[in-house]
Amino acid sequence: MAISTAPRFRLTDSTLRDGSHAVAHQFTEDQVRRVVRALDAANVPVIEVSHGDGIGGSSFNYGFIRTDEMRLIRAATEEATRAKIAVLMVPGIGTKEDLRKAADAGATVARIAIHCTEADIAQQHIALAEELGMESVGFLMMASMISPEHLAGQAQLLDSYGAGTVYVVDSAGAMTIDDARRRVSAVKSAVSCQVGIHAHNNLSLAVANSLAALEEGVDQIDGCATGLGAGAGNCPTEILIAACEKSGITTGVDPLLIMDAAEDTVRPIHPNHGIIDRDGLLLGYAGVYSSFLLHAKRAAERYGVDTKQIILELGERRVVGGQEDMIIDVAMELQRRAADAQVSQS
Amino acid sequence: MTEESRIACAIVGSGNIGTDLMYKLGRSPHLSVGLMVGIDESSDGLRLAGEAGIDTTHEGVEVLLERGDEFPIVFEATSAWVHRQNAPKYQAAGMKAIDLTPARLGPLVVPPVNLSDHLEATNVNLITCGGQATTPIVHAVAGVCDVPYAEIISTVASASAGPGTRQNIDEFTLTTSAALSEVGGADTGKAIMVLNPAEPPILMRNTVFCALGDGYDRDEVHDSILAMVDEVAQYVPGYRLRSDPVFDEDTFNTPGGDVKARVVALLEVEGAGDYLPTYAGNLDIMTASAVRVGEAIADVVREAK
Repeated sequence: MAISTAPRFRLTDSTLRDGSHAVAHQFTEDQVRRVVRALDAANVPVIEVSHGDGIGGSSFNYGFIRTDEMRLIRAATEEATRAKIAVLMVPGIGTKEDLRKAADAGATVARIAIHCTEADIAQQHIALAEELGMESVGFLMMASMISPEHLAGQAQLLDSYGAGTVYVVDSAGAMTIDDARRRVSAVKSAVSCQVGIHAHNNLSLAVANSLAALEEGVDQIDGCATGLGAGAGNCPTEILIAACEKSGITTGVDPLLIMDAAEDTVRPIHPNHGIIDRDGLLLGYAGVYSSFLLHAKRAAERYGVDTKQIILELGERRVVGGQEDMIIDVAMELQRRAADAQVSQS
Repeated sequence: MTEESRIACAIVGSGNIGTDLMYKLGRSPHLSVGLMVGIDESSDGLRLAGEAGIDTTHEGVEVLLERGDEFPIVFEATSAWVHRQNAPKYQAAGMKAIDLTPARLGPLVVPPVNLSDHLEATNVNLITCGGQATTPIVHAVAGVCDVPYAEIISTVASASAGPGTRQNIDEFTLTTSAALSEVGGADTGKAIMVLNPAEPPILMRNTVFCALGDGYDRDEVHDSILAMVDEVAQYVPGYRLRSDPVFDEDTFNTPGGDVKARVVALLEVEGAGDYLPTYAGNLDIMTASAVRVGEAIADVVREAK
């Protein structure tokens, strides 16, 4: 064992938030308690718990949550002995009232998520986080859609609002290693606050992109145990930690205990997760918001159209996170096109 | 109608909404804009108002209050916070306020649903652009069956959302949510707002989900929605359904209780292109509703004279 030094980055495990997408927001309180215990035992410093689309996300559009999320957050804070509990909040979906309730339930990190071009919407919520004594994070989603320079400008706004950290979020899992590197580097040199990366694995690059981001000086990295998360999944926490330790990067997280947490506690929740199938790959390829995946599959089944066509059309239309309703719109259009094709054939 | 019988009104706020409203009121046979109030001398809205021959001031609402008896009607196109400061002053000066901010001081009004109920009010509130676009549909469904829960998603082009909207997105969601039940007639409601930065800018999109109580009749719900879309399109010509209402049968565990079906109405609003280009249907539906409400209140003012 190497002489212990300070961790090179701070890990946030989002299994209980991004993973909520993968289980259609059906986590039970018992699952939350067991996952938090296992992650906490492995010394994960921050654990995020929320509806996949953030607190207040329970809806027709994003899926109704099975257990009241404030109950889940409270349960997580009760189980954590060392870890801080974080929540995600998307302005326009959740409200300041939701953030107040989350703070009451014991959450101490507020991650305010906005589309990468709309940083100014987060100003009020970052200020509220501070007022509530929470650590604030500005979370710039779909960062693959804009240039590194444009992204850096938006990160500067968040920095000026007082965000403690700004995240480069590859919601579509669409970044190549170079894409990730250039965005993190541009943001890092534009802000005085910390910088984080949140990667999805649709192109099988989540760990590689996180390690490249680390070379560019990133301060925080997100992972999910077993990669449980939207689309083909997130950066698998246990693999990230193992790869870091082998590279001589101190993480502060116990590699064997985080493997146990992933294998014994998280994998049984969703044993088939983690395969990058065509639909998951297409999200990364077409640059589509990873959370659309299960909704697109469901719409394909419900309306008798093809998931692949839905994803490609969503990419064409450049829809952003939160526009899950467009999946129904696209499915209706595909139905019409199919009907028209049939008429012209007969 | 003669020029003299038009009722004079003022617009407070020279941003996107105030300026678009100025163009629409310029065509009204019932109302004439006599003053536009701003706080920024260099604002595009004040310049355009001046060019149209309308009195302007950048010195704020005090200028209007001094001339209060000239203007029986005032349109507020600032922000909810500012309207809360101004509303008591308008009332003291005897002006009827039509509030285009999400301040919610007066009754919530949507023309095809409840306009005639509130013509005597001293202050009426137009909810939000999303509220104007979606509450009529919820009302149409709730008129023919139980709606235990309604949910709407309003997506607007980033370019059409001014600083007032951006810095107060919670006010949009909370005020719109309240309207889904208070005006729309659903038991509970949730509103979501999304900004999309795509270039060229997208048309305003609104999706309405209504949970359907047991015993609903699909044809009745369908026909009621279509009739309401026609009614709104009379004053917002670019308001239309993207496809026939979509009915889904499944178990949905909504906040209003479990239901076995929902209807989804997918709407878009193409603007008239008065101030901002046609993608900004969100401005258009708000200002077109304001004109509709203003004209009805002008009739009341005229009769009282």
